[in-house]
Order: sequence, then C-alpha cells, then structure tokens
Amino acid sequence: MKVTKRLGARLGLGLGLLLAAGPAAASWGMNLTRGVTSLSQSVYDLHMLVLWICVVIGTVVFGLILWSVIHHRKSRGVTAAQFHHSTAVEIAWTVVPMLILIAMAIPATRVLVAMHDTGDADVTIKVTGYQWMWEYEYIDEDIQFFSRLDRESDRVRQLRSGLDPREVENYLLNVDKPLVVPVNQKIRFLLTANDVIHSFWVPDLGWKRDAIPGFINEAWAEIQEPGIYRGQCAELCGRDHAFMPIVVIAKSQEDYEAWIAEQRAEANGVPEVAAEEAPVEEAVAADMDMDDLMQRGEDVYGAQCAACHQADGRGNPPMFPTLAGSDFVVGPAEDVIDIVLNGQGAMPPLGGVLDDADVASVVTYIRNAFGNETGDVVQPADVQAAR
Amino acid sequence: MTAATHDEHHAGPPSSFLDRWLFTTNHKDIGTLYLLFALLMFFVGGAMAMVIRAELFQPGMQLVDPYFFNQMTTMHALVMIFGAVMPAFVGLANWMIPIQIGAPDMALPRMNNWSFWILPFAFAIMLATFLMPGGALAGGWTMYPPLMLQHGMAFPFAIFAIHLLGISSIMGAINVVATILNMRAPGMTLMKMPLFVWTWLITAYLIIAVMPVLAGAITMLLTDQYFGTSFFSAAGGGDPVMYQHIFWFFGHPEVYIMILPAFGIVSAIIPTFARKPLFGYSSMVYAVASIAFLSFIVWAHHMFTVGMPLAGELFFMYATMLIAVPTGVKVFNWIATMWRGAMTFETPMLFAIGFVILFTIGGLSGIMLAIAPADYQYHDTYFVVAHFHYVLVTGAVFSLFAAAYYWLPKWTGHMYDERLGKWHFWLSVITVNVLFFPQHFLGLAGMPRRIPDYAVQFTEFNMISSIGGFAFGLSQLIFVWVVIKCIRGGEKATDQVWEGARGLEWTLSSPPPYHSFTTPPKIESSAGLEGSPR
Repeated sequence: MKVTKRLGARLGLGLGLLLAAGPAAASWGMNLTRGVTSLSQSVYDLHMLVLWICVVIGTVVFGLILWSVIHHRKSRGVTAAQFHHSTAVEIAWTVVPMLILIAMAIPATRVLVAMHDTGDADVTIKVTGYQWMWEYEYIDEDIQFFSRLDRESDRVRQLRSGLDPREVENYLLNVDKPLVVPVNQKIRFLLTANDVIHSFWVPDLGWKRDAIPGFINEAWAEIQEPGIYRGQCAELCGRDHAFMPIVVIAKSQEDYEAWIAEQRAEANGVPEVAAEEAPVEEAVAADMDMDDLMQRGEDVYGAQCAACHQADGRGNPPMFPTLAGSDFVVGPAEDVIDIVLNGQGAMPPLGGVLDDADVASVVTYIRNAFGNETGDVVQPADVQAAR
Repeated sequence: MTAATHDEHHAGPPSSFLDRWLFTTNHKDIGTLYLLFALLMFFVGGAMAMVIRAELFQPGMQLVDPYFFNQMTTMHALVMIFGAVMPAFVGLANWMIPIQIGAPDMALPRMNNWSFWILPFAFAIMLATFLMPGGALAGGWTMYPPLMLQHGMAFPFAIFAIHLLGISSIMGAINVVATILNMRAPGMTLMKMPLFVWTWLITAYLIIAVMPVLAGAITMLLTDQYFGTSFFSAAGGGDPVMYQHIFWFFGHPEVYIMILPAFGIVSAIIPTFARKPLFGYSSMVYAVASIAFLSFIVWAHHMFTVGMPLAGELFFMYATMLIAVPTGVKVFNWIATMWRGAMTFETPMLFAIGFVILFTIGGLSGIMLAIAPADYQYHDTYFVVAHFHYVLVTGAVFSLFAAAYYWLPKWTGHMYDERLGKWHFWLSVITVNVLFFPQHFLGLAGMPRRIPDYAVQFTEFNMISSIGGFAFGLSQLIFVWVVIKCIRGGEKATDQVWEGARGLEWTLSSPPPYHSFTTPPKIESSAGLEGSPR
C-alpha cells in the first residue's frame, strides 16, 4: 500500500495526483469516508487498496500509450514494424491480471462475509421507507416515530423559493426527529418500505441497503464514536427522492438509556408528540374555533401533506390527487378523516403521527383552503370518535 | 451521395425523394437514415442533459420541478440508449458490413427498411408522453416497480414505444446475422472478417437474446398495472426484486451491445493510422466472445444492495471481476498495435486513442464497482454516473465520432475539414473530463444519483461538472457543421482515403456506387485485409 501510494504520488498522474493532494481539497470532500464503524473502516481500506491498484494499472497503461504516441509517430521518420502476434505475450497479459484480481477478491470476500453476519445484535431497529420519510421502530423498546426533512430545508428547497441553501445548516441533511442509537453496541437494522423501493444509506455506517415493500432486509452497524451521522435515501423513489434524509445520533449507553426513558415518558404524557396510543382524554375534548383550526391546519399541511399534494393543493395527479376543488375533500368529513388516519394506496397512515387536534385542523384546513369552502369545522372530538 | 462516377453499375438511386428515402431498400441509404436519426436524437437527449446540469449548477431548486427533473434523467437515458447510441451502431452496420464483406446489400433489405422506419414512430410516441397528463416517465430508465406503476398515461405509451424499439432492434440484428453468415465474398472466412464485422455478429446475437427479455419484463409491468397480475407485488405473492433480475438480465448484455461494435471500430482505426497490422487478431475475437458470454452471468452486480444471499453476491462479484481479463486483453492489444508503428494523428485516430484511454478509466472504475462490499458505498451515487458515462460517452460515443470521421470521406466522397475535426476532438476530450471526472469525487463524497438538489458541500464539483457539460454540449455543434460541410463538398477523397487503410471497403470508389459488389470480389489470401501485414 505505502509503496504504491508513494509511486502513484510521484508519478503524479490523474487520480493519483488529485488524491495525493487530498488535504488541500479536503473541505470539498472527494473521497469515501472512513466512517465510524469497524465495517466502514474495512470498506474504506478495501476501497483504497483497489483504487491504488487501479491508479497504478492506469499509470502503466497510459504511460505506455504516451510513450508510443511520442516516439512511434510517422513525423519522426520511423517505419512501422509489422509484428502482429505473440502467444507468450498474450498469455502473460491474461494471467497477470487474473492474479491481480485474485489479490483483490480475497480481502473483498472477507469484508463481505463480515457484513452479512447480522447475528447477536444488541439493539434491533425496524426502518420503513415511505414517500418521502422514514419510520423507525425500536423493536424491544416499544418506541416508534417518523423522521422527515426539517422545516427549514423544506422551505428553502421549494422551487424558486429565492432562499439561499448555503444559509441553512445541514441543508437537506437534517430531519425533524433523528434516529438515536447507542455506541459500541451491535445494532441490527431491519429494512422495509411501505410504497416503493427506498434505500437506507448513511455513508459513515459503511453500507447502503434497499428497503423493499413486502420484504425485510438486514444489515448491521456498531458505531464506535458518539456523534451525528447524516445520509439520505439512495434509491429513486419519486418526486421528492432527494428530500428524505437520514440523521443518526450515536450516544453513550447512559445518554441512550436516558433518551429511551424520555421517549417513553413523552409517549405516555404529552399528546403533542408522535405517539401511537390515543392521547389523553382531556386534551382532546376542548373544541377549537375556526381560526385556530385553520392556522394549525396550515402548519400541519405544510409539514405532512404538501410534499405530495403541493402547498397550493393542486397535487401531482394521477398518483397524488388534487385537493383543490375535489368533491371528495368537500364531501362527508368522516371519509376525509378516515383517509388521513388510516391512509390509502400511496398515502401513508398518519394516525400515529398526528394527534386528534392535528387531524381535525388539517381536515378543516383542506376543506376551507385552495378555493374549497365548506365553511364547517371538524373538531378533535370527531376525530377521536373516528379512531 | 450519388453514384454518378460508376456507370458500370446499372442503377443509381431513385430520383423521387419519397422513393429514395421512405421506400428505400438500399443498405447505404438506410445506414444514412439511421445515422442522421441517431444524430438528431443525440441532440434531443443532450438537451435533456443540459436541463439536468443547469438545475444541478447550484444547490436549491431554481429551474424545474423535481418531478420534471426525474422525467429528464429518465428520458435522457432512454433517448440516448435507444435513440442515439444503438441506432448509430446499426447505421454503421448497415453502411459498412456489406462493403466490408463484399456483399451487394443486407440479406433482408425490405425488413431493413421496416427496422428503420419503426424508429421515428416509436420516438414520436415516446417523446409525446411529455405532453400527456402526469408527464413522461420519471421512474428511471430501469423502470423499477412499484415506482413505475405510479405513472399516469405515459406508462402504457412508453411501454408500447419500447416494444417497438425492441422489434426494430431484433429485426436489425437478425438482418446482420443473416448478412454476415450468408453473404460473405468467396474466400472471406470467418477468421478473415474485419473486427467490426465480428463484433457486430456477436452484438447481434446479444440483441436477439436479450431484447425479448426486456419485452417480457415490461409486459409483466403492464399486466401488473392493468390486468390484475402480481408478478412484482409482494401483496399478491410477487417480488419487486424479480423485476430487477429480469431487467438486468437484459440490461447488462445491453451495455455490451453498446460497446462491442465500438471495439470493432477502434480495432479498424488504430492499425490504419499506426500503419501496422492489428496485434493479436484472433485473441481480439476470442476476447469479444468471452465478454459476450460473461455479460449473461454478471447481471446482479447492478443490484448488490437488494439483499441477496452471500453466495449469490460472491458469485456475481467474482464473475464481474473476470470481465476485466478479456477487456484488458483488448486494451493491451490496441497498445501493442500502436507500439513501434508509424502513427499519424488525424481526427479518427485522435478519437480512437481518446477512446482507449478514457474507456480504460471507465473500466478501472468498473473493477472498483465490482467489489461488492465497496459497492455498498458506491451504488446509486455519482461515482456510478461517472463510471457509465466514461464507458458510454468517452467509450461508445467517442468510437462513433471516430467511425464517422474515418468513413465520412468514403461515404460522401469528400474529405472532412481536418482543422474543424481536431477542434471538435480537443474541445470534446477536455470538456468531457471536466464534465465527468469530478462526478467520481461527488459520488465518493456521498452524493446520490438522480437527485435535483443536494447538500451544499457538493456545490463546487457540481458547478465544475455543469460548466464542463455546457461546453461539451456546445462542442458537439462543431461536429454537425463538419458533417454538413463534408456532405456539401470539399477536397475529393481517394478510394483508399487513408494511407494505411486495409479492407474491401477501400477498394470501392469514394463515394461507393449505389449498388456495390454486385459481383462478389474474390479473396485469395488475407493480404490487403484488416490486420494483414503491409
């Protein structure tokens, strides 16, 4: 490795030069990350090994071409040789590449076998891809939540928003609620999807794996350093494929346990936050007036619905129906509430994400926005009755 | 392009425009039609690439809706693959195979007419999907379900268009096989055929083998959508990954369909301008045949991340790595052909050398991608985009430019403008690297492909890449100007055109008579053929 590295750098050609100049350009990011798991480190080493072998081969091949182009040209008055065959040479340049390939295949096999060993996990997390967000479920902890692009990035990334992405911290790589995991524990990820194929990729973990509807894929990671690691969906999944990032926060064991306890407390106590179980009764019963519902509804719509149905309700038919002027939307409120709670087709069930007041607000909002005018309101109590 | 010079042949082209071009059964005219159509589609697909690079010039969404962006990436690929690269190679096959093997025409001339004339209609349908409710296909050219099933009207129309393209390709391929196997001049044994003919023979078999597989895959999509089947839906007992297996069983040989004829072209050009026989003719033939065989057993390296069993991943990794061996043999043979030759560097040779170097970069990144555990990082990133554009643009497309410059004097009877040709080459070779080389870095640093907007740390390389893209796109206009100029006039080309050229096509006049080799030439020895000592 070291020898080839020095050789490549000295020859200073192509990729070799550019990578040898690494530190100067490091802020631009031009090489694979070493990552923070044992797997990602071995993947990085493998990558560098193969890269340098390729640089050396490339240097030799291009060097020969260059030499030939300089020396074997008619303008130098040479006469062309007429040789056109040599079995020995042909055998040599068949066998030598074979040996180089075998040298690469051995470490590659070792890493691949390690990656496939998903047994003996300490923590198991089920990851489900949706258009366009991720759902995380801690299998043994009874914790579940959705994670989607943060509001700030979402505002800036709208077409011709006129806002500068450079002003947003972690533009497109930030979420409203990150995945939290413990360090130095073997985490097993179970990956699936609800609608189309997605792909879960955090470069620092050393791999990506497809999330496929109806099937469960496995992968694992053991993160060695606490920190925040960012990634995003890597498989084209429709209009907002670029806008479903992944943020993983690795915490020490104590901090992780504290976080788990906090999540449990929130799930049981405060209805505002994502919670599967029905919120506490008192919080729901209070009726809200039209203005409150509309205001809150607009917020909820922006966060949950606008990605597909668009901020102005025109949708993206036929997959994502138009809400503006829709007979269904202004029809019986119960049907609208039912779809929001339970989903239908590509629409994810939002009953677990939104509390009764959120659902009531957003349903009221879509029935009275984009030119729709039912004039009526839906109260949290109606939603609770429909659950 | 008339045959006025050769009055010993009884018939020139029909005088009426419709008779000549719409009803033509002449391999040269059909070849010309294919080539012009491919050039047109190259600019249609290129315009889409310009939209992509313009939106990616800086972070944030400035120009187009993300969904329209997805339509651009999807249609760019479909147009370039099925509209530009494949028809261009078929056009070359039509023009060159008969005159390289001493045949009067293609074996099945009427079917030849039909193969071509399907194309404009298929692409009219394909491009019309932009105007349909919901817009054109936007799920990637690979058309993976379930995403593919979310399209509107474009879905059945695009599938119909792809079926038509498949029919056209299969008919073209059958014609090539029938011509090569039945119509060679006496004495032209298989192992005396020019490499371009050999590579096309093998390519034609690949097309016949895999286009029906694509047809099957997209028909299953159609029945899943409209007739209640569940081939690719887990809810009905199917499997979305099965589609990917079927698609890539077509898709990987398809990649070689777009590169094997390029090998043939380069194997013709390098000996001509090195004034030296092709090194290792028979090993070149065996290498192409090995690559074609291996192309059928490596498909799943496109889907390492779908969650295959370990044994499967190991098999596909090893098999994929093996392809490097015959590919390496070809590159080494080209270098050995150049070695101790007496080279001159006219435009075809420049593009051919550019091909060897830049295709090799694509090949080396291909080895990296073959390493399955590392591919878990590279997969679906800009690293892959860089890889296949090195193989397809600086590979396939550069070989097409090389071929065009090499044979334009033969086709038109005029020398092209060498100065403009060199400008075209040097601008292309510089800008194409500015365009695609930084994409390696983007991919390694973590930028996924098929995204219209990106995190700000990817800004600089995207800007560089976009600038390279615009410049590369503009440079191609020079080529159009060279071709127009060359058709309209220029220095008279000799029959042999290039000092070092060998082979039957150079025994014909420039331009060749409308009907050539009506009496087959007799080939006594391999002297004077490609690869023979001079």
